[in-house]
Amino acid sequence: MSKYDSKYLEDKLKKELQTEYVSVTDESDGCGGKFSAIIVTPAFNGKTLLQKHRLVNSTLAEELKEIHAFSQKSYTPEEWEKVKAQ
Amino acid sequence: MNRICQSLLRQSYQNHRGLVAGASASASTPSVLSRFFAADAATGEAVDKATLDKLVRTNKVVVFMKGNPQAPRCGFSNAVVQIMRMHGVQYDAHDVLQNESLRQGVKDYTDWPTIPQVFIDGEFVGGCDILLQMHQSGDLIEELKKVGIVSELLKAEQAKPEDEKAK
Repeated sequence: MSKYDSKYLEDKLKKELQTEYVSVTDESDGCGGKFSAIIVTPAFNGKTLLQKHRLVNSTLAEELKEIHAFSQKSYTPEEWEKVKAQ
Repeated sequence: MNRICQSLLRQSYQNHRGLVAGASASASTPSVLSRFFAADAATGEAVDKATLDKLVRTNKVVVFMKGNPQAPRCGFSNAVVQIMRMHGVQYDAHDVLQNESLRQGVKDYTDWPTIPQVFIDGEFVGGCDILLQMHQSGDLIEELKKVGIVSELLKAEQAKPEDEKAK
């Protein structure tokens, strides 16, 4: 359906947001309409949850027009350490 | 049949609009857990900022979703409904599938690309991911507390014996 795959989205997020860790999973069985992402970057430092998500949404504004469902978990490196520890 | 439903819903919606003007009337209907307005469609007007400014304040919590709380028509909307149910939150829900101008209107209003969208005390809080994360971190309980809603989860927590609270 959409022309995007997880690799493309990971590369773009890595480049635009200088991510320390990024993982995008295609949940659409290959049609490219549904993704979930874990995004870790210092660019999120000092931002509220809403601001983090807005940053990702604006980075992928063009792609999200075609991607039907996009779910994100966005953490600062510090938050990510805590999440991993759990 | 559909038309009959619509006209019924339209009526209830208009009643609701009256409520907003009257303000205090909502307190007299505590038996309704969540109010749902499907007939936004009936207005036919473009949904502008001034209208949304009012809509997001008709209750402490207002949700724009696909489908209605009894029958969500999207997994993300359903997740929000389930979170609200767990916390025992009474909220107003609007079905954007009934009204394309509301769907676009609310997206423009928040500059947020997806549905569902949740408002607490008139402030845009986020979509499904954010609600889920707030639910998991406990922030949702705090946010609800700020507007005078005591989460059912908090009540359950406080009712527990001390040794179980660590969980």
